[in-house]
Amino acid sequence: MGAFTGTGRLVRLAIRRDRLQLPLWIAGTSVFVPIVVASVRDRYPTEADRIEILRSAVESPALLLFRMAPTGASEAAMIMFSFLTYVALFAGLMSTLAVVRHTRQNEETGRSEMVGATVVGRHAGLTAALVVAAGANLVLGGLIALLLVGYGQPAAGSIGAGAGIAAAGIVFAGAAAIAAQITQTSRAANGIAAAVVGVAFLVRGLGDVLGEVRPDGYTMVSAWPTWLSPIGWVTEMRQYEGDRWWVLVLPVVTFAASVAVAFALTTRRDVGMGMVPARRGPARATAGLLSPLGLAWRLQRGTLLGWGVAMVAYGATVGSLTKTVEDALEENQGTADTIGKLAGGDSSNLLDTYYAAMMAFYGAMAAAYVVQALMRPRSEEAGGPAEAVLATGTGRLTWLASHIAVAVVGAAVLLAASGAATGLVADLSGSDTGGQVGELTGAALVQLPAALILAGFAVAVFGVLPRLAVGLAWAAFAVSLIVGQLGELLGLPQAVRDISPFTHVPAVPAASATAGPLVALTAIALALGAAGLALFRRRDLVI
Amino acid sequence: MTSAISVSGLVKTFGQTRALDGLDLSVDTGEVHGFLGPNGSGKSTTIRVLLGLLRADAGDVSLLGGHPWRDAVTLHRRLAYVPGDVNLWPNLTGGEAIDLFGALRGGLDKRRRAELIERFQLDPSKKARTYSKGNRQKVAVVAAFASDVELYILDEPTSGLDPLMEAVFQECVREVKHEGRTVLLSSHIFSEVEALCDRVSIIRQGKTVEAGTLTELRHLTRTSISVETTHPINGLHEQSGVHDAQVDGNRAKFDVDSHELDHVLRYLTRFEVRTLTSAPPSLEELFMRHYGDELQEATV
Repeated sequence: MGAFTGTGRLVRLAIRRDRLQLPLWIAGTSVFVPIVVASVRDRYPTEADRIEILRSAVESPALLLFRMAPTGASEAAMIMFSFLTYVALFAGLMSTLAVVRHTRQNEETGRSEMVGATVVGRHAGLTAALVVAAGANLVLGGLIALLLVGYGQPAAGSIGAGAGIAAAGIVFAGAAAIAAQITQTSRAANGIAAAVVGVAFLVRGLGDVLGEVRPDGYTMVSAWPTWLSPIGWVTEMRQYEGDRWWVLVLPVVTFAASVAVAFALTTRRDVGMGMVPARRGPARATAGLLSPLGLAWRLQRGTLLGWGVAMVAYGATVGSLTKTVEDALEENQGTADTIGKLAGGDSSNLLDTYYAAMMAFYGAMAAAYVVQALMRPRSEEAGGPAEAVLATGTGRLTWLASHIAVAVVGAAVLLAASGAATGLVADLSGSDTGGQVGELTGAALVQLPAALILAGFAVAVFGVLPRLAVGLAWAAFAVSLIVGQLGELLGLPQAVRDISPFTHVPAVPAASATAGPLVALTAIALALGAAGLALFRRRDLVI
Repeated sequence: MTSAISVSGLVKTFGQTRALDGLDLSVDTGEVHGFLGPNGSGKSTTIRVLLGLLRADAGDVSLLGGHPWRDAVTLHRRLAYVPGDVNLWPNLTGGEAIDLFGALRGGLDKRRRAELIERFQLDPSKKARTYSKGNRQKVAVVAAFASDVELYILDEPTSGLDPLMEAVFQECVREVKHEGRTVLLSSHIFSEVEALCDRVSIIRQGKTVEAGTLTELRHLTRTSISVETTHPINGLHEQSGVHDAQVDGNRAKFDVDSHELDHVLRYLTRFEVRTLTSAPPSLEELFMRHYGDELQEATV
């Protein structure tokens, strides 16, 4: 009877609960392999093709930020360049969500209190969550390695890719384990853990952008920031191009350390409580809270603030790189056309192309925010106080429209703030262009209609299929992102890419803002939202 | 007398499950009406239909003279609801939640709010996540009784309250009844229903099986009699309406159907009654009579 008694049973319980969720994550992530292999073979069949494209890529901060520092021109290395960082990102999110789901969420709902009163050790819950998350990552890594070998890539590098991805996922599981001890709600724990994954992705990107091009002109040595990021460790393993196995020591040691910290925190706190004790609050409500809109704002402001900090910080980072981009472009105008084609938009002003790629990323973040915000009505309905609120003089339309208003205005503010931050920091950092605040704020806001489509979809599924709303809304976001932002990279046909709202957003400032697509996107978003409101009015409240 | 709630033939299905199967319920204005039934019999589903949170599949439902689905918002300004399982926003304090519910309902009596918080000994400055079940329940009860409304719909409102708070709750119900307001009280606590309710409805598997005043219901059931006579008792088993008789010489214990009471007592006088005690059926016995067979089925 030790601290770990019952772990086996809890692992089986967690697997039973996740029998659909984890296999979907694993299958959805591994499906990148066949798509990317096909795309690389189709578009860059010879080594000469690959060297040509990589020569341009090392000059393009946008490409380096989203993919990785190229390690070689073999077919296998090109596959790594195309998808390794994305797969590590997905593995990270799968892990953090799984760990929080089986730790903090159980505590928040009181389930772990019932479980803890049975013959189950103090550490069994956290251990079981980590075992399940680690297992899922090993299955994912193994599947990716098998697929790569199946496509005729060298075995060692393929195993290296699988091992690296699994290791990255496991590191993030450790981070989530700590986050789950610190906060009281699973929402906050998920937010912190996802932010760790996002920051890891961006820090790695920064290191790659600042890296040095080798004498061959198409491979790079990343700068030190890459070594700070678990996603950087995956790319630094240099699969198929040297296979540096020793890099795996970093994730293993980091995971062990974070698990030790998480266990130490567990023993220092009470079940259900976080590290941060709850403070007392006002005995009376302020006037600002006393309306459906005030309530929606109060419930959503934390989420908005978190996204605001993240997006302004990211916008500032993008702005601070402007000078570097300008310098790099001045040095090598020869690659201009290729970069232009790669990043979308015309090639006349490459700085604008860089900005346009970043704006697309802001658009994706704003869409993620708006989907997250619009899942709040569902959680209020499913486990929360929506029933009591709707039994008052508050009508359903008012209630839902209040949440929509906060989410939509929030998305617009996020876009404007990140665009303004980019322009401001670019101007301050001595960019040659100057006076870009207004232009970039507008460019970021051009992304809003695409985010609104996903908001409209989220409201529509909430109206018609409440139990599936969360899954469907996020699936729509993931599909839009993969098809729209990565469609070019994956070599998807135009007809498929047209499904995504992001495909239809003009690449401002590289292209000029055309009203047509924006008006059409907004109209579709409004129609979806109106349908959702009407359907919600007509359906039963579903717990 | 006008009717605050009138439900007839209410049907509500969830997929294959028929949660309400022709339920009838009638609550008069100004009365406290008990709503009894075991877990899963459809009490909360009925209440959610009355609140317009669920849409009825069939049947007529009228609430304060309006239609609960169509006129939901206007009706909600005239009623207050306490759910059986109170879910609050973890990061709002109890006081904020009370004010919010009051405001959303269309106003709240500040003096009454302060008085109720005092009587229920609630700390309104604590965040809801730190409240126990009983304290969350108090927040909803205070928010409801601080509102100036015609109808209170209370779904097991005292689950989690301690006996002292239960007594305060009963006082509150008596006060609003005294002011002529209507209360629909769904409860499992028989003593609470017996103490407060003018009439009760008992439901089972989505149907109303019994409705009326407690006196009327008692009339439909059995009285327990224990009697001692001068002469040995015989032939008691054969009397109609007598159940479970245990005769031991000149003493007997038995249950008798209430409508046969008179004729059984006349029979007993032949043996010269010396002492007699009779116990009217408690609500619990009434209830158990309706569900006793269910219990037996379960134990067999």
